[in-house]
Amino acid sequence: MPTFVYMTRCDGCGQCVDICPSDIMHIDKTLRRAYNIEPNMCWECYSCVKACPHHAIDVRGYADFAPLGHSVRVHRDEEKGTIAWRIKFRNGKKDMDLLAPITTKPWGTCIPQLSEEAAPSKEMRDSELLFNEPKYVRMDDGGLHTLESNGLKLKEGVYY
Amino acid sequence: MITTNPFYELTALISSEIMQGYIILMFILVVLGTVLDMMHKKSAQYFFENAKKAKESAKRSVSTGEKSGLAVATLANEVLTSGEFSNPKRRLSHLLTMYGFILFVVTTAMMIFGADTSSGTLPMLWHLGAAMLCIGGYWFWFFIRVDVNSEGVRWYQLRRADLFIVSLLLTATFALIWSYLQSGTGAVADMGWTSLFFALFIISNTVLFSTVMWSKFAHMFFKPAAAFQKRVAEADGSNLNLPADYDLTDPAVQAKFPDIPEYMGKNPAYMGPGIRRESANHY
Repeated sequence: MPTFVYMTRCDGCGQCVDICPSDIMHIDKTLRRAYNIEPNMCWECYSCVKACPHHAIDVRGYADFAPLGHSVRVHRDEEKGTIAWRIKFRNGKKDMDLLAPITTKPWGTCIPQLSEEAAPSKEMRDSELLFNEPKYVRMDDGGLHTLESNGLKLKEGVYY
Repeated sequence: MITTNPFYELTALISSEIMQGYIILMFILVVLGTVLDMMHKKSAQYFFENAKKAKESAKRSVSTGEKSGLAVATLANEVLTSGEFSNPKRRLSHLLTMYGFILFVVTTAMMIFGADTSSGTLPMLWHLGAAMLCIGGYWFWFFIRVDVNSEGVRWYQLRRADLFIVSLLLTATFALIWSYLQSGTGAVADMGWTSLFFALFIISNTVLFSTVMWSKFAHMFFKPAAAFQKRVAEADGSNLNLPADYDLTDPAVQAKFPDIPEYMGKNPAYMGPGIRRESANHY
């Protein structure tokens, strides 16, 4: 189920409009608040939920695996470099907190410059791997990649 | 112009009792409009249901003393300094319009109810209020307004949602023009322009105060209540089911989430402003 906006919290700043990969978060023309213009095209990537500075966006889970009355909410704090989730079951008793370092690259640093990349060779075209796939996501070369196994460290801006 | 009471000459045409009656009528219309708006939108009902829900999912109770502290913080941050806006331009424009409006309304009422204007301070504040309203308001109208800025809508495309800001801006603009024309002499002043702009001022003013039910006017009463509720929800842990704001240097937090000290160290560094580094203008 798609995102929805708490109208009393939204101030129409446009961060969700900016980040939505499906371009379905828009500003309502009458209320001047964000809303999901095409809920059935939303694939719940949570980008807008995490980008909203006022926590005005929430997502309804699918009723088959997350019955109504539950809550899954997130706070992505880039200044601290952490992402916190709170998952509450519909019985109101099970209330889980999760906190982890953000492991994606910082905002604006990963715009692919595909025109500058070398064209894929015949061998690469025939391979199962995606073009330009980072070695860190490959599973065919040694064990699972971790920060430690690759000699990487978290640093400012959540860079490796 | 700036130090003359613009309502002084008017007393020759309209008795001050009628002007005072008009102010009282506008006040009644605002109260009535707010109550009707509340009934129509069921905002009070939503507010109290929300408060009840938050209380049920609260992790701890907030004492009365703590609540009054939160009320003071809401007043200082959200109400008096428009702290809710994360965009500094919107915040500044809101501060200009808000304080401009307050100055304008209060000085108008004071001058009409017979305050002493001989020193020229009150008329000066009245003009200052109207000018602040115009600066903040037109800046907002032409550049900052959400769908002008985000959706590429033209500034002249009006909708019902614009009732408040447009009538407010027209009131301040017509008031300034009317005051300017009064101070002038000769052809312009004789041709009835002064009366025309006074009439326009009164019309826009009446629209502003009589359309509270349909306009955004009542936000000045609802917003502080909502901001206070948000602070209480943060304090009692219900916080709309959002995760807590963890202090990463707290040993209890580090023990509960061992990933944090393992990858980020015991005293994690500042990770940069992230998405807030630039404004949302990539669409």
